[in-house]
Amino acid sequence: MARRQSPRRTLLITIVAWTIGLLMFFPIFWTAVAAFKSESDAYSLPQTVLSTPWTFENFGIVQDRSDYFRYVFNTTVIVVLSTLLGLMFAIPAAWSMAFAPTAQSRSSLSGRQWLAIIFSGLVICFLGLYFTDWKPSNALVGFALLLIFVVPGSLWAWSQNTSGTLLWMLSTKMMPPAGALIPIYLIFNRNGLVFKDWGWINLSDYNLIDSFWGMVPLMTLLNLPIIIWMLFTYFKEIPVGILEAARMDGASLWNELFRVLTPMALPGIASTCLLNIILAWNEAFWSLNLTNKYAAPLSFFISEYSSPEGQFWAKLSAASIMAIAPILVIGWFSQKQLVRGLTFGAVK
Amino acid sequence: MKLRHTFLTACAVFALGGIAQAADVTLTIATVNNGDMIRMQKMTDDFTATNPGIKLNWVTLEENDLRQKVTKDISTKGGQYDVLTIGMYETPIWGKKGWLVPLAGIDDPADILPAVAGGLSYDGKLYAAPFYGESSFVMYRKDLMAKAGLKMSDTPTWDEIITAADKMTDRANGVNGICLRGKAGWGENMAFLGTMANSFGARWFDENWHPQFDQPEWKAAITTYLKVMKDDGPAGASGNGFSENLALFQSGKCGMWADATAAGSFVIDPKASKNAADVGFTIAPDKGFGKRANWLWAWALAVPAGSQKVEAAQKFIGWATSKHYGELVAAKEGWANVPPGTRTSLYNNPEYLKVPFAAMTLASMNAADPMHPTAKPVPYTGIQFVAIPEFAGIGTKVGEIFSSALAGQITADEALAQAQTYTTDAMTKAGYIK
Repeated sequence: MARRQSPRRTLLITIVAWTIGLLMFFPIFWTAVAAFKSESDAYSLPQTVLSTPWTFENFGIVQDRSDYFRYVFNTTVIVVLSTLLGLMFAIPAAWSMAFAPTAQSRSSLSGRQWLAIIFSGLVICFLGLYFTDWKPSNALVGFALLLIFVVPGSLWAWSQNTSGTLLWMLSTKMMPPAGALIPIYLIFNRNGLVFKDWGWINLSDYNLIDSFWGMVPLMTLLNLPIIIWMLFTYFKEIPVGILEAARMDGASLWNELFRVLTPMALPGIASTCLLNIILAWNEAFWSLNLTNKYAAPLSFFISEYSSPEGQFWAKLSAASIMAIAPILVIGWFSQKQLVRGLTFGAVK
Repeated sequence: MKLRHTFLTACAVFALGGIAQAADVTLTIATVNNGDMIRMQKMTDDFTATNPGIKLNWVTLEENDLRQKVTKDISTKGGQYDVLTIGMYETPIWGKKGWLVPLAGIDDPADILPAVAGGLSYDGKLYAAPFYGESSFVMYRKDLMAKAGLKMSDTPTWDEIITAADKMTDRANGVNGICLRGKAGWGENMAFLGTMANSFGARWFDENWHPQFDQPEWKAAITTYLKVMKDDGPAGASGNGFSENLALFQSGKCGMWADATAAGSFVIDPKASKNAADVGFTIAPDKGFGKRANWLWAWALAVPAGSQKVEAAQKFIGWATSKHYGELVAAKEGWANVPPGTRTSLYNNPEYLKVPFAAMTLASMNAADPMHPTAKPVPYTGIQFVAIPEFAGIGTKVGEIFSSALAGQITADEALAQAQTYTTDAMTKAGYIK
């Protein structure tokens, strides 16, 4: 039974909600207004909103200076491919965790024991280096670190039960991205050089920097934990009996996944896609650091118009409006699905 | 037989394609998005017409983003860029580390302003060619000076500037006597405060790299800055950088503004500035120690050591920094748009000297000496910065401390003590102080 609220309380909540909404919308409104002003009007003090002579010149200058549609194309490629690639990994992962969860750890080793293994490996390596005065190549150091950190780390992750794995996946989003910047930058920029260092084929001209080959998998990996979490929540709502019935009718795993589960979860998958599209569209940190031109998305396009010295507010505002316009339109038309997606499972 | 013909034809097509590809060189140029650099991109048809085998690929970014990207690339020997736009701070440091190729093929190197050439060299070798240079000066409102019964000196002192600021301040009508940078950052408030300190006889470090914030010269500079900003500066000055002060000056809210000479064209633009006709320019003030409070900066083009296309890159730099390029811009967009502050010959051109701030820009640049930036001897070069890799971090932290003092969160003495402690720790950790 719904709880009845007094009209005064409803009015108060409405006023507070509208105030918060308008405050949050104000920067976008201000950006939109500044985009249609001349550069000097955008700077003038005190600011006028309605008496300004409006102009479209900033949009023309921005398009003239930067090829806006190339950036839209790049963003679309990265967003669409990373979403599709993400779904390819996330649907089976979420299925396995929702319908075939592991209740207990696969390993009898505790977290402390795993840490002890890693620490022992490090100590052995340092002792080896100290007593033998041995100067290994960078590649060998890389292999050693791989054996010491990545292999035990992966085994630990594999051995976790489902709730542990879910938490671990989400924890990867807790790390500040700047902390991983230099290693990822080196992998992107020198992936070919590593093979050369190892005495293999020289692939130094084939870098992942500023390429879709680098940006699409990176964007997929960035958003994968959130996609898996969302799909997991949806799949948990689907009665397991339906899948069991399909199995009894002779459905293979593939049919169970893509002919039974996926159609039923289509609204959820659509919401997940939308959220992933918005996150990938607005991503700036990695795009700014790992692209230059050929695979540069709209976030890179905006940064071309910011400057600590000079008059640029109107052009920057125009560039921002051009960059956010497509995603605003998509968001506007799909807001119902989006809200449903974000609140799914919260109310039963 | 037919198959063999097809195979041979395919081989020939691939070979010709390979030859055609080998003849074309694509240069990737990382550049800052200021007006002069954007203009250069429009002018490059002139270069590609005479160098048809060289194609240009531009990466245009905001200055801080550009600095981060370029530093990451060059320090990891990434080799993404063939031509870099870098400043006077990075050039000698990177030249010393061997990250840059010494330049050859520059048009008339003797014509480059000596102070600029000195700041872009290491060990006597030029590592970057200046594209655009700037100093700082004082822009002032002639009408407000006349109203206050004052006349601006051609060689003002800090006492004269402060007196003028006091008399021009009219807060009831929204006029602040003076606008100065307060936003934290080594290239923001510390660019100004460093030069102000130089004019007060202060220095960042003594000959043994010991920080000098505990000396009376720094105290005099900071207390003067805080007092004049409190008495005559705008509200919220601790958040004001170049752009914010420009907006204030253009809208008639500042009697004086000490900042980059690049601002000259903005403040005399009648479409942007309310009082464009009343703006005057004078050299930065001094305090009787033989150094004026003006900086020296240049955006310059350099070739990273990781580039595989050094010859083509140097050819491009030679074109972009040549006298011919200046004449090209003058012919297409007027003399006022020629990149300033790099060549002596530009300032001998009577057409260019008609630009209102041209003579004062040259005088300001000539008054700056990056090799001897302070009254007392120092172990470093650079005027508004110290040309060591650690400076960007130290300068930004000290800038935050002084910005807090301007916001009234700490006193001048506390700010100086904090700056001294922080800088001493950082320099000790970096190994400068034994």
